[in-house]
Amino acid sequence: MNESLIRYALHLADNSLILGQRNSEWCGHGPVLEQDIAITNISLDLIGQARNFYQYAAQLINNFQKLESSKVSPPAGGGDLEGASEDSLAYSRKEEEFKNCLLVEQTKGDWAQTILRQFFFSQYQYLLFQQLQNSKDGQLAAIAEKSLKEVTYHLRWSSEWVIRLGDGTDESHKRMIKAIDELWKYTGELFEPASYELRAANEGFGVDVSKLKEPWQIKVSDIFSEATLIPPSGGWAALMQTGGKEGKHTEHLGSIFTELQYMQKTYPGCEW
Amino acid sequence: MNIQIKKFYYGDIPDDKAGGNELKDSKNPPSGGRGADWPLWEVFIRSKQGLDHKHVGSLHAADAQMAIENARDAYTRRMEGVSIWVVESKYIHASNPEEAGELFEPAIDKIYRHPTFYDLPDEVNQM
Repeated sequence: MNESLIRYALHLADNSLILGQRNSEWCGHGPVLEQDIAITNISLDLIGQARNFYQYAAQLINNFQKLESSKVSPPAGGGDLEGASEDSLAYSRKEEEFKNCLLVEQTKGDWAQTILRQFFFSQYQYLLFQQLQNSKDGQLAAIAEKSLKEVTYHLRWSSEWVIRLGDGTDESHKRMIKAIDELWKYTGELFEPASYELRAANEGFGVDVSKLKEPWQIKVSDIFSEATLIPPSGGWAALMQTGGKEGKHTEHLGSIFTELQYMQKTYPGCEW
Repeated sequence: MNIQIKKFYYGDIPDDKAGGNELKDSKNPPSGGRGADWPLWEVFIRSKQGLDHKHVGSLHAADAQMAIENARDAYTRRMEGVSIWVVESKYIHASNPEEAGELFEPAIDKIYRHPTFYDLPDEVNQM
């Protein structure tokens, strides 16, 4: 149980960290000052979630290693976990050890693409955390409950923007359609459980993400119809890209690391 | 010819200067496309239940919903409030500073309007 719990917590943390990092690229570059602040706030919320999950994962890893130190090697995919901490988990693991979905690592694109990705992800996270609140694991349940209020706001904010842009000018409508074409193929992965998600769901501390697919589609359809947008050809059955949750990432994750991990790789252990 | 020069004071912004009209015409999107085209909104925050809303500043937003959310992000990040009001700045009419003389100065020598000529019982504290 312990190892899949660690992987599961890391997966949740990685999703939030990578999207938080991506959104933070808007800081100082938002389309208007007020929206610059809004997207940066969302970044900080996400990074806050990531910290909670990483702290918990680090605690689990350190306990696990104390128990098992004499007989087995640490769980694969945990990186160099000697005395794990939230920082070591965020800054010292390698690309293939990250378990985030492909959706969150894609480039920020234009405002339409950032908005649409946030909407897809927040809708997913909203459904996920609603269930995770009932987790058998008290810590995961508590983090989900705390984060749900933030996510509810992210969902409201991004939904309104999807409607505003989709049902806005010809230009904004065109950009939303382009964003849908760009991002649609990464939505399927959200609902295809990775091995540790299956074990997490079976053991009662995780959520069966395949069950979130239908409610997610219904909500997305509702907002899309209000925004005068439609799913791309192929619709819900379109071919999907997967693999991120098992460590097989697109080229974009590496480019995030060049910023995210630069300081710790250049000056290991540096503090300020 | 009688040329009238009108100055606009803070808050007293007429429709054609308030911005935002460009967005109503979807055939001709604003060329700048930046927030400058969005109308200005005044923000009022109530810091605690029972207190009144206080003016805290202004911001740009395309509609009322966005104005409330922008205000939430700009003015309540540090738990400053429990309620937000927004109103488009063009709907606020301000007194003209040049008329301050006739508006406010007549009150200066009318101290008898202050309730300071009454003997209050000691029990009454909050007056």
